[in-house]
Amino acid sequence: MTENGDSTPLVVLEGVNKHFGSLHVLRDINLTISRGEVLVVIGPSGGGKSTLCRAINRLETIDGGTILFDGKPLPEEGKALAGLRSEVGMVFQSFNLFAHKTILENVTLGPTRVRGVPKAQAEQRGMELLERVGIGAQASKYPAQLSGGQQQRVAIARALAMDPKMILFDEPTSALDPEMVQEVLDVMIGLARDGMTMMVVTHEMGFARRAANRVVFMAEGQIVEENTPDEFFTNARTDRAKDFLSKILTH
Amino acid sequence: MNDLIKYAPDLLAGFLKNVQLSLVCAVFSMILGTVLVSMRVSPTPVLRAAGTGYVNIVRNTPLTLVLAFSALGLSDTLGVSFSDEPSTNSFWLVVLGLSLYTATFVCEALRAGINTVPMGQAEAARAIGLTFFQSLRMIILPQAFRAVIAPLGSVMIAMIKNTTVAIAAGYLAESAFVMKDTFDDTGVSIPIFVGIVVAFMLFTLPIGFFTGWLANRLAVAR
Repeated sequence: MTENGDSTPLVVLEGVNKHFGSLHVLRDINLTISRGEVLVVIGPSGGGKSTLCRAINRLETIDGGTILFDGKPLPEEGKALAGLRSEVGMVFQSFNLFAHKTILENVTLGPTRVRGVPKAQAEQRGMELLERVGIGAQASKYPAQLSGGQQQRVAIARALAMDPKMILFDEPTSALDPEMVQEVLDVMIGLARDGMTMMVVTHEMGFARRAANRVVFMAEGQIVEENTPDEFFTNARTDRAKDFLSKILTH
Repeated sequence: MNDLIKYAPDLLAGFLKNVQLSLVCAVFSMILGTVLVSMRVSPTPVLRAAGTGYVNIVRNTPLTLVLAFSALGLSDTLGVSFSDEPSTNSFWLVVLGLSLYTATFVCEALRAGINTVPMGQAEAARAIGLTFFQSLRMIILPQAFRAVIAPLGSVMIAMIKNTTVAIAAGYLAESAFVMKDTFDDTGVSIPIFVGIVVAFMLFTLPIGFFTGWLANRLAVAR
């Protein structure tokens, strides 16, 4: 799935800044994501994690700095931007499946309309992907008929259908009932094993420990600490991270 | 009652013209209304301004003035002509004026519908690489239409009744004009008046029921 042997980083952020009015949500972010890497972004709410994630496919614009994807600056608009987005999968907290389309149509829309894949071929591949995430039997249903966990797995299949170079996960399990979290994480762990480049905003430490190559801790719009998962959770370097971990680990 | 029976064929012929005007205007106003709403929500400031300006001007102009303008301004002064046959020409001038006018209401109903579609739908569409107009056409508008089927039905009912002011564009064949013409011969006849009202209700009431039913049937489950 990744171009093995290509050692140039897939994503490079340099001096990225973003304001929402007077709120400085991203402060001088410098970050590199390698091909095949699984990066977990963790931190308190309002710390800029989601904004960072959304900036990489330009669902959020930035005020300063540069973002390179696959060696090229992000296109600003139009067809070039649509082209970039087709190469970067995105999975949202609230699933955002197309409510008026069936599960299978959700997965085939991108390939047929963006890539021009023939319908039959897209449907065959769509079914394979739905089987892979365990939703094959629900292909002709509508999103509202599925549970949250099932919808999120469809959303992952929808992203995979575009054969993306990476997938961004913006708090993919935060809106799920507790008993559905694991089924989604299992799919994500499988993707990580297969070598997909992933950036995952999450508080799921189990996932971070099992699948992540690196953890980035963000607070107040800054990257406070970058570390390996084991080091980060057992022996964080910064006080800000220790303080955050002490609050979430007590549960 | 005798007057109604005596003039029924003329009145019916007039009413069929109302039906004809309605069907043609329904098609054109829906198409133009969809174009207008696409302009109003587009990311291009020039398109947005043009759409907003058009809607605000035309929607707030009395229909009789819009129709008079299409007859006197476009046809008489600027020489726009659809046909050498005056009644055909004025038929299409009514279609033009009434469609331009009704499209603004279609646009605003659809815009209300777009507001019912969650932001995440558009974001997901953009995230898989659809362009703005693709996501509008495939994701946003289909859901917006379903959300406002009943209000669109009301817009269409208003448009159907508005065909009775076609005389403002010089069109002299529809039922309200035939009625007035008949009254010149017979004096005011309550049965004729009631007959035309009933004809319109037979046309518009089912539209109200049908769009209400369709709205429930096609509602997008979230």
